[in-house]
Amino acid sequence: MIGIEHYVVVSSIMFVLGVLGIFLNRKNIIVILMAIELILLAVNLNLVAFSAYLNDLTGQIFAMFVLTVAAAEAAIGLAILVTYFRNRGTIAVDDVNRMKG
Amino acid sequence: MTVFAFYLFAALMIASGAFTIFARNPVHSVLWLILAFFNAAGLMIIVGAEFLAMLLVVVYVGAVAVLFLFVVMMLNIDFAEMRAGIMKNAPLGVAIAVILLAELVLGIGAYRAGALDLGTPDGSAAPLVGESNIESIGALLYSKYLFLFETAGIILLVAMIGAIVLTHRGTSNPRGQQDIAKQNARRPEDATRNVRPEIGQGVEL
Repeated sequence: MIGIEHYVVVSSIMFVLGVLGIFLNRKNIIVILMAIELILLAVNLNLVAFSAYLNDLTGQIFAMFVLTVAAAEAAIGLAILVTYFRNRGTIAVDDVNRMKG
Repeated sequence: MTVFAFYLFAALMIASGAFTIFARNPVHSVLWLILAFFNAAGLMIIVGAEFLAMLLVVVYVGAVAVLFLFVVMMLNIDFAEMRAGIMKNAPLGVAIAVILLAELVLGIGAYRAGALDLGTPDGSAAPLVGESNIESIGALLYSKYLFLFETAGIILLVAMIGAIVLTHRGTSNPRGQQDIAKQNARRPEDATRNVRPEIGQGVEL
């Protein structure tokens, strides 16, 4: 029988995979953005699983809002990436020091 | 049957998530990401959230993943050089991942040992009896969460305008551009002349 624990474990593993992806691909910002998408996917899966578990649709509606924000974030992130590549000719994260942060 | 479907989707999703972050070529990463989203949609369908599953397929596979593919293929990047430092970061990354996973599993264990009393849903957002998932979500979304829904629309609008403003290039070469003021200022007497050529002579241009 599949219970809520199964879903929580699966989404935990997905979340950790996303965090691991950020650490491993520290230079490649495209893969970092994809890892963030994986993390948001894990969060969505958790929200949906608990929504079904509690018989309450609020979780699914909030998963929808997370989806919205994730789509907006991907669009803006990739737009910044394209602009940066046009100006500098590279997207290596280590070379991003223009603002001396 | 449900058990088999769950383990199939879960295993495939975790495997494609792992391939997403370990793939050598970012194009392959995007394709694995698409597979991960499909399997997540399958997992959501099992628990009865069809609308969100379809939304996941439409929004992520149809829009976000294609956006990633476009960017990866448009930018001419030396990806082999970017993977140079991957082994240097691996021990730290794996250690942090293992610690994080241990914490999450610990949380689940603590929950099972003696559940915290966080209250139960009051039933105001329960699915409508006898209605499909999408109708229940629609009834809730357009009543209780109307303002949040409109805020989500504003967020998407701002993101769209922001992405266009960031990537739009002002036209530096006016070739192919229509100048309406110049067209309106054009008079027949400047542009044409009357000639009466001799027969057989032709005109000089």
